[in-house]
Amino acid sequence: MSYFRNVVFLAAAAGLLAGVVLAALQTLVTVPLILQAETFEGAAPMQHAGMEMGDATAESGVPAAPESVPAAEQAEEAWSPADGMERFLYTLGANVVGAIGFSLLLVVASEFAGGVAGWRQGLLWGLAGFAAFVIAPSLGLPPNMPAMPVADTLSRQIWWAATAAATGAGLALIILRSSAPLAVLGLLLIIAPHIWGAPQPASYDTSVPEGLHQQFIVAVTLTNLVFWAVLGATIGALRKRFADSVPQPVRGFA
Amino acid sequence: MNTATHSLGVAASSSSRLLPLVLAGLLGIFITGFAGMAPISAVHNAAHDYRHSMGFPCH
Repeated sequence: MSYFRNVVFLAAAAGLLAGVVLAALQTLVTVPLILQAETFEGAAPMQHAGMEMGDATAESGVPAAPESVPAAEQAEEAWSPADGMERFLYTLGANVVGAIGFSLLLVVASEFAGGVAGWRQGLLWGLAGFAAFVIAPSLGLPPNMPAMPVADTLSRQIWWAATAAATGAGLALIILRSSAPLAVLGLLLIIAPHIWGAPQPASYDTSVPEGLHQQFIVAVTLTNLVFWAVLGATIGALRKRFADSVPQPVRGFA
Repeated sequence: MNTATHSLGVAASSSSRLLPLVLAGLLGIFITGFAGMAPISAVHNAAHDYRHSMGFPCH
């Protein structure tokens, strides 16, 4: 079981570092944009109501509005951290927890392939994680902001997870196997979720300015790129230490 | 690249490594899902800015 322990310790150490880095980047880059979008949260339903009033075929606007409004109201009733330091600390905590989760997935995937040899190979593993968990899902489901219309959350989460898994598996078939049929299969796996299609909202009407959303997509993509680069490189750099500190699994780790 | 090829050649074939890796992978899926997707509203609100900033499906 010491192999399990080493894998978890390695993932936790790298995840902790990358998570703190990402939380700092988010606080500087993405959270200010989220706060800006939240100022439109009250405005969105009113705009919808106004459109329904003026529109003779009110039914077309109805399905989008009720889906987003109860969710927002529900969130307001439940506990949520106070703005400022408390909100930041919970974001930091979520980042560290989430980063350790992603770190475990990256360490496990790389261990199945024999393990990461050094920071540079780790960086490449990190870029693969970035492609699977950021680029691929955001093609169908661009990072959304508060006050933007969305499809049913569960169906979006299923599509998100399935797309990340299919892209990761596809990349593994292409990169880790040197077989033409498997490479073709890998490409098909990467493309398939997008042919299936991501769940889309009934209407794209939002009071969030398009420029703000565009800025947010760039911010999310680049902060995540740094996160995955730091995560992968750290895993690659630290792996040897964890192998050296415990004698038994050295053979497996090398 | 030599070290890379060498390292990748040592694949996790022994069954003694399979179980720990599968368990660690399941742990990773659970932790990632909890932080990014758990529908509990207190968890959602605590991780709200994180979820939006990660591109996770959020409200």
